[in-house]
Amino acid sequence: MLLLVEQLLNGLQLGVFLFLVSAGLTLIFGIMGVINLAHGSLYMIGAYTGATVTQASGSYLLGFLAAACAAGLSGVVMELLLMRRLYARDHLDQVLVTFGLIVFVNEAVTMIWGRTPLFMDIPQALSGSVEILPGVPYPVYRLAIILAGIVAAVGLWLLIARTRIGMLIRAGSTNREMVSGLGVNISRLYTLLFAAGAVLAGVAGAFAGPQVSVQVGMGESILILAFVVVVIGGIGSVRGAFVGALLVGLVDTLGRAFLHDLLGLFLPPAEAAGMGAALSSMGIYVVMALVLIVRPRGLFSVRPAS
Amino acid sequence: MYKTLIRLTTVLALATASAAPVFSQEPVRIGLITTLSGPPGYLGEDMRDGFNLAIDSGDGKLGGIPVELLVEDDGLNPGNAKQIAERMVRRDNAEILTGIIFSNVQMVVAPVALMNDRFYVSSNAGPSPMAGARCHENYFVSSWQNDAMHETAGIAANDAGYGKAVIMVPNYRAGKDAVAGFKRYFEGEIVDEIYTKLGQSDYAAEIARIRSVEPDMVFYFLPGGMSINFLKQYDQAGLIDEIPIIAPMVSMEARILSGVGEAALDMRATSFWNADLDNDANREFVDEYRAAYDREPTPWAAQGYDAARLIASALQTSGGKVTEDPEAFRAALREADFEAVRGSFEFQSNQHPVQSWYLLEVQKNDDGELHLATIDTIVSEHGDPYVDDCNLSR
Repeated sequence: MLLLVEQLLNGLQLGVFLFLVSAGLTLIFGIMGVINLAHGSLYMIGAYTGATVTQASGSYLLGFLAAACAAGLSGVVMELLLMRRLYARDHLDQVLVTFGLIVFVNEAVTMIWGRTPLFMDIPQALSGSVEILPGVPYPVYRLAIILAGIVAAVGLWLLIARTRIGMLIRAGSTNREMVSGLGVNISRLYTLLFAAGAVLAGVAGAFAGPQVSVQVGMGESILILAFVVVVIGGIGSVRGAFVGALLVGLVDTLGRAFLHDLLGLFLPPAEAAGMGAALSSMGIYVVMALVLIVRPRGLFSVRPAS
Repeated sequence: MYKTLIRLTTVLALATASAAPVFSQEPVRIGLITTLSGPPGYLGEDMRDGFNLAIDSGDGKLGGIPVELLVEDDGLNPGNAKQIAERMVRRDNAEILTGIIFSNVQMVVAPVALMNDRFYVSSNAGPSPMAGARCHENYFVSSWQNDAMHETAGIAANDAGYGKAVIMVPNYRAGKDAVAGFKRYFEGEIVDEIYTKLGQSDYAAEIARIRSVEPDMVFYFLPGGMSINFLKQYDQAGLIDEIPIIAPMVSMEARILSGVGEAALDMRATSFWNADLDNDANREFVDEYRAAYDREPTPWAAQGYDAARLIASALQTSGGKVTEDPEAFRAALREADFEAVRGSFEFQSNQHPVQSWYLLEVQKNDDGELHLATIDTIVSEHGDPYVDDCNLSR
């Protein structure tokens, strides 16, 4: 029972973390209509900058800010130089260009930092674990990620649903020319939005730094999960990304935690272990398929049917 | 007219004849196909640099014979690797192929070399089929047979008196081989077998499972970055001091250690080589490697270096003849007459090594720097169990 609580919390934490990564992706994808495969690269830039600055300055806060700035700046440069030309092109061109960016950024990072994974420690204040229930110690850092994710979710929702900028963004996603015709500088708005998505990815990268290996290619492994989240949640919906991320996090974690035990009721242990592993790695894709059967545009799609 | 033709033919014949000796003085071409891109790219980088170090310290020669090293990135793609191998063999006339990191790539590339009567000297992967029934007279493995690092972890766990173990590996071929290797020698009880996804970054669920079954130890095989992910999270969960770890060297070497930091303290790993091994060849290698590349050598670097020096010893004996006199070159390789940085080195009849395996521990020195220290010899003269299936005789 205690194990179940702990695993639920693990699932929640993974989900919230995935939300941090996929929120920016769904914004850019849904509102600007661009498939940005290089989102994982921005995540990697955030992690590398965070690790380097934290290491050099000894301040996690500084590393964090630097990660957000570096990713945001990279986002602005990407938007101004490349993305801007892609809004009117079809998705294939976008995929091609952003895939090229992945390769480019990976090589650039290898040239700057080398191939040895970077070290990034946990901030002192967030190390260790607390007993959330008697007998269930839980790492403080994972709790901090849950908190950060929830703050980001609420913040984004307020920004899009309650502010003037959010209104313009929503309007721009429906009819770009009309908003532009009303005297709004839509290009600048898009640059800002792209930068915001990039900052979110960079922050997620800095958060991941102490937990995972900061190395070249780290963005690609998380990118696939982020796309699953976006597809389940409905393209362009921040609320959808949140629900989708939690769903993916929980299904993935609980599958890894309990599926082999469940199968062990009917199968010999060795087969149950192998089969459990195979099924749990399929789990999130099965969920995605089911969601798409019931709601082909995802749970909370905001894009009008074309 | 007819005379002219004869003259021309003679001239041409003479030209080709006189060209022949020039050809034999050309450097021996060695094709090094390895993984240089993506997360495992650092393995290939160390492999290449270790190999090059041996060539550079001989001023472009191995065993006094000029060599030319052709380096290509396989991108961890067997199809690509096969094309590269065919190009190296047919167009560039590479006589020896080496360098591949991953077994699945090697299973495709080695046959290209062997079917064209070239030599394949594996400096990393040692897949079991090629150690047993599919062994070949031109196929040598100078690193280790894949199972050995896991088998020796099982022996080390017995030596430490651990009764209950949890095994964790990615759910793919090499992971299952690791489980088989560990179980072959481990005498205790395996209380849980955990199969993870390849490339997984979050291990919270697995860590909770490990804690819930309260084992004496954890044996895990997670290559490179996955090991870093797991160790950081295992430490954050406070388990590293409670449930000790023994892992194969693919999960703990100098590069991984610098990514994990203090979270890895006290962790133990099995390896056939370590930077602190006390022999002349190793001291020289470690010093030169640090000076040349400004980083700590890893097992992959040592393997590249040893493979190059094995080839050097054979080239010296055969006078630089490889495919011209395959019998002589093969016999020279089998002798393995070189000072290996790992210390003792000999080939079994299946042309895979018999060697010592060591237990390493992550320790902190007086300056507060983390390093891997050799704390024990787990087993000396360790071979592989597949040698009896191989019909090559010495």
